[in-house]
Amino acid sequence: MSGASTSAAARSGAIGPGGAAPALTTERVMGIETEFGVLHADLEDRARAGAGSSILLSHLVVGAYALLDPAEGERGRRVRWDYGDETPLRDARGFELQRAAAHPSQLTDEVRDAHLPSVELDAPVSGPEVAPEGDDADVLAWSSQRSIGNAVLRNGARWYVDHAHPEYSAPEVTRAREAVVADRAGEEIARRAMGILAAADGIPEVALYKNNTDGKGASYGTHENFLVDRAVPFDRIVEALLPFLASRQVLVGAGRVGLGTRGQEPGFQLSSRADFMEAEVGLETTLNRPIVNTRDEPHADPGRFRRLHVIIGDANLLEESTFLKLGTTSLVLAALEAEQRTGTRLLPDLALADPVAAVRTISHDPTLRATVPLADGRELTALQIQRAHLDALAALADAEDEETGQILRSWGEILDLLERDPMLAASRVEWVAKLSLLERYRARHGLDWSDPRLAMVDLQFSDLREGRGLFDKLRTAGAVGTLVSPEEVADAVTTAPASTRAHLRGGLISAHGAHVPSAGWDAITLSGPAGGHRLRLADPRLGSASWCSRHGIDPAADLDTVLDALRRAVSAP
Amino acid sequence: MSQQSLNAPGGGPDENSPEDESLTGGQTFASVQGADDLLDEIDSVLESNAETFVRSFVQKGGQ
Repeated sequence: MSGASTSAAARSGAIGPGGAAPALTTERVMGIETEFGVLHADLEDRARAGAGSSILLSHLVVGAYALLDPAEGERGRRVRWDYGDETPLRDARGFELQRAAAHPSQLTDEVRDAHLPSVELDAPVSGPEVAPEGDDADVLAWSSQRSIGNAVLRNGARWYVDHAHPEYSAPEVTRAREAVVADRAGEEIARRAMGILAAADGIPEVALYKNNTDGKGASYGTHENFLVDRAVPFDRIVEALLPFLASRQVLVGAGRVGLGTRGQEPGFQLSSRADFMEAEVGLETTLNRPIVNTRDEPHADPGRFRRLHVIIGDANLLEESTFLKLGTTSLVLAALEAEQRTGTRLLPDLALADPVAAVRTISHDPTLRATVPLADGRELTALQIQRAHLDALAALADAEDEETGQILRSWGEILDLLERDPMLAASRVEWVAKLSLLERYRARHGLDWSDPRLAMVDLQFSDLREGRGLFDKLRTAGAVGTLVSPEEVADAVTTAPASTRAHLRGGLISAHGAHVPSAGWDAITLSGPAGGHRLRLADPRLGSASWCSRHGIDPAADLDTVLDALRRAVSAP
Repeated sequence: MSQQSLNAPGGGPDENSPEDESLTGGQTFASVQGADDLLDEIDSVLESNAETFVRSFVQKGGQ
């Protein structure tokens, strides 16, 4: 890709002289966005409010961290979101869904319609937003009255209210491990927000859950985003991803008590999202959810980049699951890009006869022995489908690339364990860790799967409050593995990833917050002495630490110097 | 599927196979006591009325 360094291009699998085989790596601009479950912490308030407080509580959560955490700069002040050219209606199959035909929940970019809880409800202001003097409760009362519902954080993340949930949209990264760190930072931010609310007098205490369903028919997502070369035909992406995404839950599913969208059938399944996937391909994200989403908003040069928006994944607490989710999918996409460059088919043909049914069949079978029919008549298990992907990608991988090697090794080791006996993978696969705990709990209390105590264990698994979450207890006890250190996570709360434009965004917000009225993925507005400047970065790799260094840009230098250097940098090749 | 003790992600409830531990990679408990302690701890943080807890966990749909 133009704009990438030579070594990045080589890593991404360019054919060398003599037609050398592709050398695929996991390296790619990507990111995770997580919608949290949000409830009153107080059980009486919770029972009384139902989901009626979701929007208010979400605004409190967002405001608490963005306006009041000392790490986020001046008290009561936030960097607003710049919607830029967000066009959620543009469909990757080539058309723009007419606004009138769209379901209101698809219209995430309309900023003034007060009927849509998913959008920025701020009244437009002519002057600066000035929080009142006073304690945290005073500021929160002010911010929730004004429906202040989003902010850009100093680590480059977007922290906002989306569809009645607080959402952490992690800053862009280029590696799966970086994605784990950035994602875990979001959990920490969620905890800090809860802490601020708990300490504020007269403000409801909130509990946040990193999960995907309330077991009553509502589902909310943890979405992955991958920048893909625009040259790869979308049809080919769909064809390759359907069997891959349908089967990867054996590795990365988070597990769920109850089958069906309302958990009406007792039992346990691999994925918390499986029952909510109703279509193969489509634009919707809140109903009729598709395995492959066609939203086409690259937040980057659309001529070169497509942003693939994956909505089928579960919220993961286990770090190796997040690592594999991003790393394996990135490798599949790398293979598709290599196919495009070489004109040769590199991935095996594993087209399923009925992908939507397969997602459920696989999810509902913790023994991993169920087969799903392929279009060509074969019957394969999910493990076999995943193994076929692994084998193909291992043959194409860059043997020198450390992260790629780790992904392939983890993938293989875990498939080996699952093939022998799924329960062997309890420390490395989230659904197995959850199932293992549930089975022990069931045995101890003599429960069957319909017992509400098991549903409670499932829900409490993902409680993010200190000392309450059951996954956290497993981690503390050493029953599940970790990949990254608490120090790295703490660092990532306030420091943006170095590898993408998040570095510049976060650096400018950290050093010059008062002069950054707004920022988005591909734009930042700086208010200099002579007026406002809007920086557009149509390539997510521009603005990385190495790019800044090459162009003599230090985001922490005085603003005039930074602006001069940026002007020079963006006009130079 | 076979029930596994948390201290030995291995073949059966009482087995502790070193090769599996190296493959599984995560730290393991020192003893069955550790696993039971964990269940005790879990029991202590769970709400006493599971039905009410589960019933009151309600969300609006998201993306």
